[in-house]
Amino acid sequence: MISLALDASGRVSGVCLLKDGQILGEMDLQIGLTHSETLLPLCISLLEHCKVSLEEVDQIFLCKGPGSFTGLRIGAATGKGLALAGNIPLYGISTLEMLQENLSFLQNPIHVLLDARRGQVYTASYRLGQCISPERAVSIEALLDFAKEQEGQQIFLGDGIFPYRKQIEESLGKERCLFPNPQNTLQRAASLALLGEKKKAEGLEAGFHLEYLRKPQAEREKEAGALKDFQIVQEEAYKDLGKTRDKLIAKNYPIHE
Amino acid sequence: MEDVLILGIESSCDETAAAVVKNGKEVLSNVISSQVALHAEFGGVVPEIASRNHLEKIDEVIRLAMEEAGKSFSDLTAVAVTYGPGLVGSLLVGVSEAKALAYAIQKPLIPVHHIEGHIAANYLAHQDCIPPYVCLVASGGHSHLLYVEDYGKIKIYGRTRDDAAGEAFDKIARAVGLGYPGGPKLEQSAKEGDPFAYHFPKAKLDTPYDFSFSGVKSAVLNELNHKKMLGEEISVADLCASFQEGVCEDLAEKCLQLALDLGVSKMAVAGGVSANGCLRRKMEEKAKAHGLSFYCPSPVLCTDNAAMIAAAAYYDYQAGKRGEASLNAYPSLALTEG
Repeated sequence: MISLALDASGRVSGVCLLKDGQILGEMDLQIGLTHSETLLPLCISLLEHCKVSLEEVDQIFLCKGPGSFTGLRIGAATGKGLALAGNIPLYGISTLEMLQENLSFLQNPIHVLLDARRGQVYTASYRLGQCISPERAVSIEALLDFAKEQEGQQIFLGDGIFPYRKQIEESLGKERCLFPNPQNTLQRAASLALLGEKKKAEGLEAGFHLEYLRKPQAEREKEAGALKDFQIVQEEAYKDLGKTRDKLIAKNYPIHE
Repeated sequence: MEDVLILGIESSCDETAAAVVKNGKEVLSNVISSQVALHAEFGGVVPEIASRNHLEKIDEVIRLAMEEAGKSFSDLTAVAVTYGPGLVGSLLVGVSEAKALAYAIQKPLIPVHHIEGHIAANYLAHQDCIPPYVCLVASGGHSHLLYVEDYGKIKIYGRTRDDAAGEAFDKIARAVGLGYPGGPKLEQSAKEGDPFAYHFPKAKLDTPYDFSFSGVKSAVLNELNHKKMLGEEISVADLCASFQEGVCEDLAEKCLQLALDLGVSKMAVAGGVSANGCLRRKMEEKAKAHGLSFYCPSPVLCTDNAAMIAAAAYYDYQAGKRGEASLNAYPSLALTEG
């Protein structure tokens, strides 16, 4: 059984190959290039180093979010493209859950936080692999309120600790905060692969959709009734071209001269 | 010679598309998932919504394109993809998927410039459209006047200084309350109007082939505001007809002028705005009056599609152009002049 994991949800471009539950190889880059320039080359390189061909891969694990919208999509589209022709099953794993897997053997509560900009973090909390606070996009204060209720020393990880470390320490007191070493702070493709296999054994079904935890800005504005610049028009369009009016239905448009 | 079978993938704006084209000419399938109804609610394309939907639809679109073509992935010669210009988030979905698919099936990857795709739409529509010719490319994002010397060998003679032609159509349509997408709606409304009811100024530029549409756009908006302040009724149809007349005349006239100046016997039009009946008619009349041939693609090939991407890729494939696994998407990719 060979598993491939791909991650581009944050600043790391990461890939990992497992064979029968053992890590064959893991590669990651943080060199400031866009993931589209690094992820697929890393993946090809890892397969070559491990002397594994894509046809031998039984399943692919991908981050299903949250994270950088564009990064998540690069990871997802890369995984989908690799899987398409050979019908390789795809599995989606939460980015937050994948991060806590880095240290899930520890007793302490683990708060995972990703910088979601706009003064918010994508966050969830875990203890011994079990979720104790579900995924949400909230202010750092909301996360700290939850953390304060927990006992003992607590672990904070994910890229959200870079902008908020000081605030976390001030809120809980330095002695109660644990920040992991750099190799365990950010996304690791090996954690994605290993957690993926574990979750699959527990019954996770194949299938993949991104869960962003945040709607596009235009949709939020529309719901808030703030779409002043736009005239909201009825849904009727392109019938001159014979295009389908049904939303998003993929259709063949033959070329007749 | 062995057939060249190319799978084209296009996701530069709000249409997710895949198509299989044989030898750059024969369209075996042309699948499109259009998001136009989704974006209509917002009065224009919302990039983040477009990107999300591309990712949801891309597998289905590619599978359907293969199925409609009656081909399997192993039959393909290459995979082609639009890598710019366009919305970066949208482009990246197609580029990432295409690169991974090409690697998985061990076929070459061919990166295609979106405008070269539009130009190639004419090769699908007309077997006798063979370079050299002069081509006007006008869409929501582009307005270019080009000399196509040979396949993949282009010289840019004119471009827009401000708005793209299609963008001007969309903005006017929105201002008069027609909604999005503006092009087809404005054209529909113009049918009932008098094209000479208003005379809008033509931009005076120091170059013979460039365009500018911000002046005429402002003139239309001023007229609207003026009438509104006076509390007078305004004929939307007349306004649309006059605007369309002015813009199309300018586009067609400059295209003809370039063909005459270069001594070329053929002219063509491509891109979303080329679906406009007024523009097609004007270009055809002008070409005919000067004994030139005129080519324009069928409406479904004018808007974004992947068949045109696969057609353009055929010539790139023959010329040995290949993309690497590290290929990126470029939102403002320039046309390379040959």
